[in-house]
Amino acid sequence: MGMTITEKILAAHCGQDKVSPGDLIMAKIDIALGNDITAPIAIKEFKSIGAAKVFDKERVVLVPDHFTPNKDIQSAEQVCTLRNFSREQDITNYFEIGRMGVEHALLPEQGLVVPGDVIIGADSHTCTYGALGAFSTGVGSTDLGAAMATGETWFKVPESIKFIFTGKLNKWVTGKDLILYTIGKIGVDGALYKAMEFCGETIDNLSIEARMTMANMAIEAGGKNGIFKADDITLEYVNARAKRPYKVYESDPDAHYAQVYEFDCKDIEPQVAFPHLPSNCRSISDVGNVTIDQSVIGSCTNGRISDLREAAEVIKGRKVAKGVRLIVIPATQEIYKQAMKEGLLDIFIDAEAAVSTPTCGPCLGGHMGILAAGERAIATTNRNFVGRMGSPKSEVYLSNPAIAAASAVLGRIGSPDEL
Amino acid sequence: MKFKGTAWKYGDDIDTDAIIPARYLNTSDPKELAKHCMEDADVNFVRKVNKGDIIVAGKNFGCGSSREHAPIAIKEAEISCVIADSFARIFYRNAFNTALPILESSEAAKEISDADELEIDTEQGIIENLTTGKTYSVRPIPKFMGELIAVGGLVNYVREKIKGQKGK
Repeated sequence: MGMTITEKILAAHCGQDKVSPGDLIMAKIDIALGNDITAPIAIKEFKSIGAAKVFDKERVVLVPDHFTPNKDIQSAEQVCTLRNFSREQDITNYFEIGRMGVEHALLPEQGLVVPGDVIIGADSHTCTYGALGAFSTGVGSTDLGAAMATGETWFKVPESIKFIFTGKLNKWVTGKDLILYTIGKIGVDGALYKAMEFCGETIDNLSIEARMTMANMAIEAGGKNGIFKADDITLEYVNARAKRPYKVYESDPDAHYAQVYEFDCKDIEPQVAFPHLPSNCRSISDVGNVTIDQSVIGSCTNGRISDLREAAEVIKGRKVAKGVRLIVIPATQEIYKQAMKEGLLDIFIDAEAAVSTPTCGPCLGGHMGILAAGERAIATTNRNFVGRMGSPKSEVYLSNPAIAAASAVLGRIGSPDEL
Repeated sequence: MKFKGTAWKYGDDIDTDAIIPARYLNTSDPKELAKHCMEDADVNFVRKVNKGDIIVAGKNFGCGSSREHAPIAIKEAEISCVIADSFARIFYRNAFNTALPILESSEAAKEISDADELEIDTEQGIIENLTTGKTYSVRPIPKFMGELIAVGGLVNYVREKIKGQKGK
């Protein structure tokens, strides 16, 4: 029996010809990532292990992106921990404010993650890099601390679930809608402990950024990783950036899958996830009258240039509705600059949106757009849990950038077709 | 390990934002985190629990963010053990790494009621509901995870390993 792409990458990183689901392996890792919330604990554990040096100063990546630019004194102190450690260890890839971006947009953009890698990050959305054909998964701080010391970590080889998408995308439907639809179908634990492998003719034609959006939210279905085969679209993106050689893996035709789902895209409209679970999805035509106080366009899920272009196309020449705040957050400095060059920031500011420097900020209720009790937001982010964007009595609805932009203009959740 | 305490019952998909909201993550001080443990799932949690009490929850406990602050807050709130129908995978890893005992049992998670008195033996894999008199046997902890616990968690495991390499 053949192997899946996930099994092949894990086998190659533990020096075996073959691994099977359920095997416990010790795998070499290519990149270990931490941020300003998770890395301070990882650094403490690293020191408590008694390790003197990180396994590879090029391969430990530290990105202070969550509560930055520092929102308060305690947040500033957490970033100090990263900065001092990076100095002490001569870490190549510590990204200071001004160079920093939202980690899962930044690493692919900087060519730090490549196809065939095994990547761990103390951030659950580390699964994003599966879009490039890498095995990439979120871990906790202690796992990160240990991996920074040894360059390896243990995994249980996951079973894989195959998701096949066929047909053409309907108007305004994006990678975000495909993944929300998938989570809506299988539930927030529908892929618990498993690899989610995305394929099919629709995926073959999907942009790399849309694939990143999909892989990013594999964790919202409980998945260990989301993964796509690296194809010409991937390699065009990777070759322009990669800082290391890479290897492309592909699932064997006779690989085993725990489950196979087939989705026909003609059935998929833009999706909106209602509070308080990402699986609580409805098609845009079934949303009804949901008024909003805030719309957030950004995050590791949807803060890339194509997302900003989609939102700008909708909002161009229009104004944000009275009583509504639209907050736009380009995910990296490069995206920010590109958006400026293309006139997208003018479009947002003319529409009376607030445009922010890169930060995770409001996505996790950190800063830069916190909700009061009773307030409601639509967001292109990834989670709508209770209290996620502020008060435990506020509400978050998830959507793609075009819907979030249209909703900001309408003052209620709606489609660009209603403008 | 043996524990005895009161069960506090929660539903499915208790996420790590509910266990420790991000608004408190500008510190990793366990004592500060414990003050807000489970706040967005149950605002009275910290006031009502006593040392050794047990969280009993449904499916997918600890889903969402990878924040290790979640098991740290639970442990520091002096919860002895978490029983759930299932655990989200990052939380599962984090619990072992931080030495928070967790047990998976669909039956126990379903049948135990809020405020039941429980007695747990993790080595024997037994949960006894002292209130109803029912006993549950639970899935044993996987061997590798058992080894991690035996050496006192991942940090000790790696420390030993590094020592071994230096000795070579």
